[in-house]
Amino acid sequence: MGDAPRPAPRTHVKKLGDSLLILALILAIWQGLYAYAGDVAISSPLNTFTFATGLLTHAPFWDHAAATLLAFAYALAISAAAGIALGLLLGLRRFAGDVAEPLLVSLYTIPKVTLYPVMLLVFGLGMSAKVAFGVIHGMIPVILFTLTAVKNIPPVLLRTARALQLRPLETATTVLAPAVMPEIITGLRVGFALTLLGVLIGEMFASQRGLGFLIINGINSHDVRMTTAVAVIVVVFAVFVNGAMLALDRRVHHARA
Amino acid sequence: MSTSARAPGISRGTLILWTRTAVVAGLVLLLELLCRTQVIKPLTMIPPSAMAQEMVRLIAAGEISDDIVQTVSEVGAAFAVSVLAGFALGALAQALPRVRRAIDPLLASWYAVPFFVFYPLLVALFGLNALPLIAIGVVFATPAMMLSTIAGLDRVPGVLRKVARVHRMSPLREVMLVTLPSAAPHLFTGLKLSFAYAFIGVIAGEFILSGGGLGYGIAYAYESFENRKMYALMLLVLLVAIGVNGALHVWETRLARRRART
Amino acid sequence: MSANGQAHTDFHATLRAVTRTYPGARPVHALGSIDLDIARGEFFSVVGPSGCGKSTLLDVLAGLSAPTTGRVSFEGKQVAGRVPEGVGVVFQEDASFPWLTVYDNVAFGLRRAGMDAAETARRVDYAVGFMGLRDFTHAYPAQLSGGMRQRVCIARTLVLQPRLILLDEPFGALDQQTRLLMGDELLRLWRETGASVLLITHALDEAAMLSDRVGVMSARPGVFIDLVTTGWARERDSRIVSDPGFGAITARLWSSLRTESMKAIGREA
Ligand SMILES: Nc1ncnc2c1ncn2[C@@H]1O[C@H](COP(=O)(O)OP(=O)(O)OP(=O)(O)O)[C@@H](O)[C@H]1O
Ligand SMILES: [Mg+2]
Repeated sequence: MGDAPRPAPRTHVKKLGDSLLILALILAIWQGLYAYAGDVAISSPLNTFTFATGLLTHAPFWDHAAATLLAFAYALAISAAAGIALGLLLGLRRFAGDVAEPLLVSLYTIPKVTLYPVMLLVFGLGMSAKVAFGVIHGMIPVILFTLTAVKNIPPVLLRTARALQLRPLETATTVLAPAVMPEIITGLRVGFALTLLGVLIGEMFASQRGLGFLIINGINSHDVRMTTAVAVIVVVFAVFVNGAMLALDRRVHHARA
Repeated sequence: MSTSARAPGISRGTLILWTRTAVVAGLVLLLELLCRTQVIKPLTMIPPSAMAQEMVRLIAAGEISDDIVQTVSEVGAAFAVSVLAGFALGALAQALPRVRRAIDPLLASWYAVPFFVFYPLLVALFGLNALPLIAIGVVFATPAMMLSTIAGLDRVPGVLRKVARVHRMSPLREVMLVTLPSAAPHLFTGLKLSFAYAFIGVIAGEFILSGGGLGYGIAYAYESFENRKMYALMLLVLLVAIGVNGALHVWETRLARRRART
Repeated sequence: MSANGQAHTDFHATLRAVTRTYPGARPVHALGSIDLDIARGEFFSVVGPSGCGKSTLLDVLAGLSAPTTGRVSFEGKQVAGRVPEGVGVVFQEDASFPWLTVYDNVAFGLRRAGMDAAETARRVDYAVGFMGLRDFTHAYPAQLSGGMRQRVCIARTLVLQPRLILLDEPFGALDQQTRLLMGDELLRLWRETGASVLLITHALDEAAMLSDRVGVMSARPGVFIDLVTTGWARERDSRIVSDPGFGAITARLWSSLRTESMKAIGREA
C-alpha cells in the first residue's frame, strides 16, 4: 500500500543510540560477572581490552588467526558450494527434497560437538578435522535455506516462464536465480556463522593451532585473560561480519517487498 | 490435475515416508558392511549393529539411567523456559515498536555469536552443575522462539484483526481465537528451533563442562577408550534427535496440510 | 425480523461531514467530506474509481477506524471506538480463517454468541447451501477458490443476521452469472430480514440492479458527486436488467463516473 516512507536520518541516530545502549548493557553484565567471580574465572572488560590490543599487535596471535581463517575459508567454500548445489537439486526434485528435508533437520539438531571423537578418528589431528567440523556445522543450513527457497518459488512464475517459452537455461538465469537469491543469501549468512563455530570447536578439540586452540589452551594453563580476550575477539569478528551480511541480506529482501 | 489428498492406493506422504526409511536403512546397511569388511577399522568405528546392541544393553542394565534422567530433565527445563519466555518477550517486542527496534540488532546477531567459546568461562564461573547447563540451553533457544513469535504476529493479516473487531471480541478473546491460530505455523517453527537449540546447548554443555548426562558420558567414554560405549551413546543421542524431530515434523505437516495450497 | 413498512424517514446510519486522512510522513487525504443518510431497510450501493476511498468509507462507517473529522452514528447512537452490535462486515480481502473448516468459519460468530448447537447447525447448513458451498462444508479455505472463500466470508456474516450489512466488493472474484445469482440471493435475504445494506461494488450494472440508491464517488479524496435513486420495487431480482429504466440508470452512472475514472487512472499512469 503506497510507498514506504524512507527512514529519516533521525532513525539512524536512534539506531546508533540503541546499539550503544546494548553495548553498555553487555559491558555492565560482564563487569558484574567479573565482580561476582573474580580473576580466576573471567577477566574484567578493561583488562581484556588492554590484553586484546596487546595480542593484536603480537605476531604469534596472527599465526593462530591465519590458521583459523585458512581452515574457515576452506570450510566456508565447501559449505557454500556443496550446500547450494545440494539445495538446488533437492528443491527441484520435489520428491527427493521431501524425503531428505526432515533428515537434514534432524542432523541439524544433533549436538555436533559430541561427534568430535569420530572426526578425530577419521581425520586425525589438524587441518582436515577442523575443515570437516566447519562443514558439518555450516552446510546443512545452506542446504535447507536453498531447498526452501526453490520449493517456495510461486508456481505462477514458473508457469509464466513456460508461457514465455523460455529455454531451461533462460528460466534458470532470469526466473529461478533471482527468485531464490535473497533466501540463499540468508542461508549463507547463517552458514557463515555456523561454519565459523564449527571450525572453532574443531580447533578447541582437534588441533594445536588456531584461535579455538588458544581459548582451550588458556583454560588449561589457567590463563583466564587469554581465554576471555580471544573469545571476545572472535565474537566481535563474527558479529561484525554478520552485520555486514545482514545489511546485504536486508537490502535484497527489501527490494522485493 | 487432481488435488485430492486421498488418492487411492499409496498416498504420496506414505511413499515419501517409506523412501526415507529405505534410504536410512540402506545407509546403515552400507556402514555395517564397511565395518564388517574392515574397510572401516574397528578402532575407528564399530558396526551400527554393535552400537545398537550396546545401547540396548546399557539401557537395560540401567547403567546410563542417571545420565538419561539428567539430560532429559535439563533439556526439558531449558525447552519449556525458552518457549514460554521467548513467546512472552517476542509478543512484548512485537507490541512495543520502540523495544523491538532496540533489541533488533541483538536478535539479528545472536546466532552469529559462537557461544561455545564461552563454555570454558562458564565452568569457571558457575562450576559443574545442572543450572548453568539449563541456562546455556535457555540462552541458546529463547531468541529463536522470540524471532518466530515476532514473525508470526507480524504476519497476522490486518483484515483478520478487523474481523475480530466486527465480532466485538475482547482483546483476550482476539488473541485466543484469531491471533494465535493465525500465527500458529510460525509459532510451531519456533517450537522446533527451540527444541533443537535447547538440545544442542545442553548436550554440548555436558560434553564440554559437566560431570553427568549423555554428553558427558560420550566425552568420558572417549577419554577412557571405551569405544563401544561412546558409539552407543552417540547413537542414542542421534535417535532422540531424530525421534523428537520426526514427531514434530509429522505433527506440523498434519497441521500445515489444511492450510497450505498444494 | 422487522416486518414493518419501510418508512424512509427513519435513518439507520448517518455520516456527517466525515473525512479521513491517513497519517504518516506524507498524509493521505482519502475520504470526504461525506454526508450520507442510510434509511432503515435501504439498499445503498457505492461505486467509484479504484483508490477513491470506498473501503475507507466502510471502515469509518463500521467503527473500525475513527473519522478524522465529522461524526458517524448508527441507530441514533454515535459510533466511536468499536463496532456497534448489529453491524456485519464482509471485507474486500479474503478474511476466512485458514485454520477452520468452511463449517467452523460460518459457525464462528454463532458460537461466540452462545447459540446452541442444534440451532447453529441449522443456520450454518442453510447459509452454506445458500452460498453454494454444500460440497465443501468440511474443506479448509486453502482448498477453495478465491470466489468460494469470499462466499464463506459472506455466509459467516449473514448467519448472524446483522441489521446493517456492509459489503466491500463481495462478488469481485465471481463470474458474471454467479454474481447475478448471488445478487438475487442477497436481495431475497435483504427483503426477508429487513436489514439495511451498504454495498461497495465496481460493477455498475450490479449497483443499478440491486440498489434503491447508488452513490457515485469522485477520485480521491472521495466525495459523492451523484446520488441516483433507482425507484425499483422491493420485490425485484436480476430480471430487472431487461427493464427499460435499467439502461438509463447504468448510463447515468457511467457518465458520472467516466471523468473520475480517467482522473484516477491518469494519476496512476
Ligand atoms: N492504511 C492506509 N494507510 C495509508 N493510506 C491508505 C491506507 N489505506 C488506504 N490508503 C489510501 O487511501 C486511499 C483510499 O483507499 P481505499 O482502500 O479506501 O480505496 P478503495 O476505493 O477501496 O479502492 P479499491 O476500489 O481499489 O478497493 C488510497 O489512495 C490509498 O492509497
Ligand atoms: Mg477497497
